[in-house]
Amino acid sequence: MLKIDNLHASVEDKSILKGINLEVKPGEVHAIMGPNGSGKSTLASVIAGKEEYEVTKGNITFDGEDIEELAAEERAHKGIFLSFQYPIEIPGVSVTNFIKTAINESRKAKGLEDMPAKDMLKLIREKADLLEIDRKFLSRSLNEGFSGGEKKRNEIFQMAMLDPKLAILDETDSGLDIDALRIVANGVNKLKNKDNAVVVITHYQRLLDYIVPDFVHVLYNGRIVKSGGKELAHELEEKGYDWIKEEVNA
Amino acid sequence: MDLKEKLLSSYLVFEDHVDMDTHIHNLRNDAIKIFEEKGFPTKKEEDWKYTSLNKILKEDYSVFPKQENAIEYNDVKKYFIHDIDSYKIVFIDGKYSSHLSQTTHDGMDICLMSAAFTKPKYRLVIENYFNKAASKDSLSSLNTAFSSEGAYIHIPKNKLVEKPIQIIHFSTGNEAATMLQPRNLVVVDENSHVQIIERHQSLTSNAVLTNSVTEIFANKRAIVDYYKIQNDNSNASLIDNTFIKQKQESVASVHTFSFGGKLTRNNLNFYQEGERIDSTLKGVTIIGDNQHVDHNTLVHHIEPNCESHQDYKGIFDENSTGVFNGKVVVEKEAQKTNAFQANNNILISDKATINTKPQLEIFADDVKCSHGCTIGQLDESALFYMQSRGIPKKEAKALLMYAFSNNVLNSVKIPEMKQRITKIIANKLGVNLGFDL
Ligand SMILES: Nc1ncnc2c1ncn2[C@@H]1O[C@H](COP(=O)(O)OP(=O)(O)OP(=O)(O)O)[C@@H](O)[C@H]1O
Ligand SMILES: [Mg+2]
Repeated sequence: MLKIDNLHASVEDKSILKGINLEVKPGEVHAIMGPNGSGKSTLASVIAGKEEYEVTKGNITFDGEDIEELAAEERAHKGIFLSFQYPIEIPGVSVTNFIKTAINESRKAKGLEDMPAKDMLKLIREKADLLEIDRKFLSRSLNEGFSGGEKKRNEIFQMAMLDPKLAILDETDSGLDIDALRIVANGVNKLKNKDNAVVVITHYQRLLDYIVPDFVHVLYNGRIVKSGGKELAHELEEKGYDWIKEEVNA
Repeated sequence: MDLKEKLLSSYLVFEDHVDMDTHIHNLRNDAIKIFEEKGFPTKKEEDWKYTSLNKILKEDYSVFPKQENAIEYNDVKKYFIHDIDSYKIVFIDGKYSSHLSQTTHDGMDICLMSAAFTKPKYRLVIENYFNKAASKDSLSSLNTAFSSEGAYIHIPKNKLVEKPIQIIHFSTGNEAATMLQPRNLVVVDENSHVQIIERHQSLTSNAVLTNSVTEIFANKRAIVDYYKIQNDNSNASLIDNTFIKQKQESVASVHTFSFGGKLTRNNLNFYQEGERIDSTLKGVTIIGDNQHVDHNTLVHHIEPNCESHQDYKGIFDENSTGVFNGKVVVEKEAQKTNAFQANNNILISDKATINTKPQLEIFADDVKCSHGCTIGQLDESALFYMQSRGIPKKEAKALLMYAFSNNVLNSVKIPEMKQRITKIIANKLGVNLGFDL
């Protein structure tokens, strides 16, 4: 589904990603871990199509198609979703209106009519219930004044609404309390099937107890320096990153 | 002959032909003298520093309205808020169009200034109110000297006017260039409530200059909501002079939506002559090309315990220019005044400019006054966020602009009006969003 080959990316001439290779197949769950500033969010943004980042070498294909020239919205229409590490506040646009617009724009891109209002309402209710989101919440301005945890839960609500093929969850667990973590992780698991895939970026093993990865990768200094199964996450939790850094620098 | 001379000589002709009582006649004579002395404002005047009338004054305007042109309602329906029941006072090239209007004398007067000027039953109201709020600046004086037609609205006390009143001034462009000087008078007596929508619309691309004066009197506990739609075509300029005198516990609001026209200058003045008065001045400006919109506001707090709320949003694209000059005066007696002013702007293009200047003159010590102005760009990270959810950039921009204007749109009390404004904005931005904010 997603194939990243020798990807180099930079921002304002500063090179951040220095040769990433990664393949994600339908049905898989990948976890990306790694020290602060190693390039995890940058990788997520480059996949999602943030213009600020320049791909200097290598390529990204999605379902066999090179997506480098596609705008962020076109990637979204193909089924790529990024849950932001720091969701943006958009005062004046309610959660409901935002998600309605997002869904109908995606449908428009596929040549479909707007979703009938009744179906939309039903879907919103269903997904809000799945994530135990209070209805009142949905009429508030998007992310404005939301607590850290509320923002993250709202990201997953949007994911549930958009039903992407590939979901990249950038530190969705940070800011969530223990109950919220369980609710959000259950939500993600319910949406999971053999045709879609999830990439979770996290610092903690905790989330991976709920969303169990098939592969764990360590990103360090712009490269994936180690990959393994879910036991690698346990090892990192125990030992930290020093041993990996040493291995790399050796 | 330049426009000033033309106006002065036309005045002499005009004054011979109108039949008025001496009171009005004297007012006009005084007014033309003021205009003669002061002339059109220039950039040398502090209040006109960023708005030059030079270019638009160069046209050879015809200054007297010609015969009424027939317009069919269906051809101009789109300029009305047509999905609501309303009173309508409609003018074509400055002349009243009975055909397009719907006036009333049933328990209130929603009719014409020309009638009010000449019929004895209106004399008292005219004597008490006409030209009592307008300032003696040159443009208002020019309008006073030439005032002959416009909307006359008098709502006696304890009356809730159930339908909004739409005042529309059409110009047909049957002259190469036309100057119009409508004069409106609105008197709302104790406890009464009225909603008014005003629009100036030219139907061709011929030049039009409108120098309009509207005087509004909100008496004790009256509620007046006034909406201005400024979405004229690119050769039409408007100088709107609006004066509102409020008495104790009255609530008045003016919303100005400026989306079109060549040059638009809004002189909006509120005078609070009583306690516990509430005044609201809000506006959304979205322009591009070489358009220019200037908001010049004044709120004069004279008595204690009053409030004023100003909130102006501006979005400027291409070579457009904007001005916001908001003056708040709090007199020494006006203790416990609560005056709020905000002016937020987004510059879409790097050729667009905005000059924003709050002026606070506060002579009382126990007051709450706040003001803030911002100038920024559209938030790139918000655009990426929206795009990543499938909303294309153009639509994402539009959504951000709506959101930016939302506070102002939300306080529009007529739902159909709000919908219309939303539509005009969507058209302007070339998007079709599936909901109204
Ligand atoms: N727009 C930018 N301008 C300049 N530097 C940037 C920009 N975006 C990212 N960087 C830099 O790139 C590096 C990688 O950042 P990134 O956000 O991808 O790290 P991360 O692995 O997600 O870290 P964390 O675990 O703290 O979230 C950092 O040094 C960061 O400062
Ligand atoms: Mg990060």
